[in-house]
Amino acid sequence: MNKKIFKSVLTITGVITIAYFMFGCKPKKVDSAISGNAAEKVYVAPGKKDELYLFTSGGFSGQIGVYGLPSGRLLKEMGVFSADPQTGYGFSEETKGMLNTSHGWVPWDDSHHPQLSKTDGNADGRWIFINANNTPRIARSSLSTFRTEEIIELPNCGGNHASPFLTQNTEYVVGASRFSVPYDKDGEAPIAEYKDKFKGTVSFVKVDPKSGRMNLSFQLLVPGVDYDLSRAGKAKSHGWVFLSCYNTEKAHTLLEVGASQRDKDFIMAVNWKKAEEYLSAGKASTMPVKYAHNYWDENTQNTISEMVNTVNVLDVKDLPGICYYIPCPKSPHGCDVDPTGEYIAASGKLAAVVPVYSFSKILKAIESKDYEGNFDGIPVIKYESALKGEVEKPGLGPLHTEFDGKGNAYTSFFVSSEIVKWKVETQEILDRVPTYYSIGHLCVPEGDCINPLGKYVIALNKITKDRYLPTGPELTQSAQLYDISGDKMKLLLDFPTVGEPHYAQACAAEKIVKNEKRFYKLSENNHKYVTKLEKDAKVVREGINIHIYMTSMRSHFVPDNIEGVKLGDVVYFHVTNLEQDWDVPHGFTIKGASNAELLIMPGETQTYKWTPDRVGIFPFYCTDFCSALHQEMQGYVRVSPSGSATPIKFSTGEETN
Amino acid sequence: MKSIHKFSAWVVLICGLSMIPSNFLPVWQIQLEAPQYPEGLKLEIWSHKLGGDVDKINGLNHYIGMGLIKEEYFSEFKYMPYMIYAMAALSILVFIIRKRLFLWINSLYLILCGVWGVYDFWQWEYEYGHNLDPHAAIKIPGMVYQPPLFGWKQLLNFLAGSFPDIGGLLIIVPAFIIVFVLFYEQYLRKEKIA
Repeated sequence: MNKKIFKSVLTITGVITIAYFMFGCKPKKVDSAISGNAAEKVYVAPGKKDELYLFTSGGFSGQIGVYGLPSGRLLKEMGVFSADPQTGYGFSEETKGMLNTSHGWVPWDDSHHPQLSKTDGNADGRWIFINANNTPRIARSSLSTFRTEEIIELPNCGGNHASPFLTQNTEYVVGASRFSVPYDKDGEAPIAEYKDKFKGTVSFVKVDPKSGRMNLSFQLLVPGVDYDLSRAGKAKSHGWVFLSCYNTEKAHTLLEVGASQRDKDFIMAVNWKKAEEYLSAGKASTMPVKYAHNYWDENTQNTISEMVNTVNVLDVKDLPGICYYIPCPKSPHGCDVDPTGEYIAASGKLAAVVPVYSFSKILKAIESKDYEGNFDGIPVIKYESALKGEVEKPGLGPLHTEFDGKGNAYTSFFVSSEIVKWKVETQEILDRVPTYYSIGHLCVPEGDCINPLGKYVIALNKITKDRYLPTGPELTQSAQLYDISGDKMKLLLDFPTVGEPHYAQACAAEKIVKNEKRFYKLSENNHKYVTKLEKDAKVVREGINIHIYMTSMRSHFVPDNIEGVKLGDVVYFHVTNLEQDWDVPHGFTIKGASNAELLIMPGETQTYKWTPDRVGIFPFYCTDFCSALHQEMQGYVRVSPSGSATPIKFSTGEETN
Repeated sequence: MKSIHKFSAWVVLICGLSMIPSNFLPVWQIQLEAPQYPEGLKLEIWSHKLGGDVDKINGLNHYIGMGLIKEEYFSEFKYMPYMIYAMAALSILVFIIRKRLFLWINSLYLILCGVWGVYDFWQWEYEYGHNLDPHAAIKIPGMVYQPPLFGWKQLLNFLAGSFPDIGGLLIIVPAFIIVFVLFYEQYLRKEKIA
């Protein structure tokens, strides 16, 4: 072949080869394959129990999801801020009051951050607290009954997001406002006057160490920026709370741009022991407010719902020594304290580094007044004076950090969709794993405690896209379980979640199981309308109100034939479950009721309100498959025309006459 | 004027005709991949319009303050189809006249179009990559978002790839062949005869 032809052919081949390699030179993705024995590590054989409880926030479901780990099996969806038709929570007369607010009855909310109660900085398995973001509230649910026992509303607050975060002995539940608003007493203001009229608050809700009963002890009046997340100090930093703040620009419109302008926003350090001192020295003033406080009275099995009209407030700009600001890059979100209480990792959503602050350096800076100025009267500590170091080039969109108790931190990255493991002491990056997809919070079991269980980390993801069978436009959110016992993080399991899991907490199962309540003792039931014996069942007319004292027992109601109800009457079924054994609830519902069912636990009394809308015969029945003759557990109510002469009659097992 | 070989004329004709479908197919593509976009996003550049996930890409770009990508901002879409038809027309002319001079004209036109195309594409990429809204939510000092001219490049969490699409290949490959035919006619064939 002619040399030149050969050369030109060679040139063309060369060009094509280079082009091919540029196509082929696509950077490799991180290997997402799971390791060989992952299945073995998450397999909990039938009949065996999981080693951990995982509590995920329901987000827009308003509830708490309860899972077992490592299997990821869903155990329960616990009703908290949303009425729950499957248990009758928010539907029974006894529980309706739990959802009272100063705005009236609010049967839904957006729940974000579950917090397990703590003793000595470790999870004690007694209660779980969670915030309502929309209509600001904090709930406390019992982990012996898995029921919500108390909900307290927070006044002077919009968007209760930096909430609820617990001090190390559950002295306080702390909640701060994400959306600043004028104080309740001041009513409205032009929105354009945001900078002057809109204020933030940090609420300190005291928790009774025995009963768990909450009480809004005081509120700190703080500058009107957005308080996003928070952690209480622990061990050496016990007595302090740290909150992230964004929108220090004080924008009131188009925040995605307006609140992203400053290079640094703040972490706010709050010395709550100092605030307590001011409070006991009488430095607090009272502010008129209106908020609801609802709590469960175990004795009468009823919700007590009260409206409270004042709150103690401490204005931090007039009371030095409570609050300090520390600069933090670009709209910080997570603000997490390590197990020693010395280091605070803060994550600017848009920042290129994750700063780690040192508590001792913060104290030293305060002592030597190492300030760069003040913001709305609050000293701003110099960035370098508080800084331990920065995690450099960590990833994109850092959000939250948890700790394993072995000196390592795990930070979630929303934009680059990964978890990055780094060494707390040196801020050196050790490992990174992808998440599927767009992780928000993450959870190491007891990872915010002094002694974390550093075996797993759970990613809580916002987007699942191609991970599961599709379900139309709306797809499930998810959690992923990673093994962190070795040097490298290993993906073990991926499971869908109920609602949107913002934050989650997990703890050793035995801490909770040991307090488990199996049923309510009938002898201790002091419900106003209890019926402890079948022979005491009755129907009582009080004007247009008809009270039916009813019992349920496998497999019948007493009474089950009821007559004498007239159109226009309001009927109350007070159903007592006479069973005294574990796992024998009875349900109750009646045709046409504009209500959910009741699900009555053994030894418990619940009340079903029913206003018949027409004349007729109305069947009622047990909705929980309770026994072999569950299908026989039914009855009838006869509703006669108003003004008719049908007398009250009731019976079970005999002809009415 | 030297004539060209009959076979060469046929090759040029076929190459020129094969460029016509490029006006009905995407010419260039910019691919974007990110962890949360495992399926990828694709911006298609046709000779007369934009295609693919333009809206989705615009939705993402606003975070970094990149300008909107809109068809009416590009006057190129008005005349690019004629540029392609001209390529085909010149090839037909070469086939009919079969003179080397016309093959030269055809080839030079193709080369000029190529150089212009690369420059024009580059300057638009530069414009979009550098001209960012100073009030954008995500501002990373020193970071520019200029996509690659050709090949792959990591831009924050997105891996951006820039490659010819099917329509582009239907221009580039025939253009290379036509230039090669000229090369052959100018140098190789002459030697062979001699």
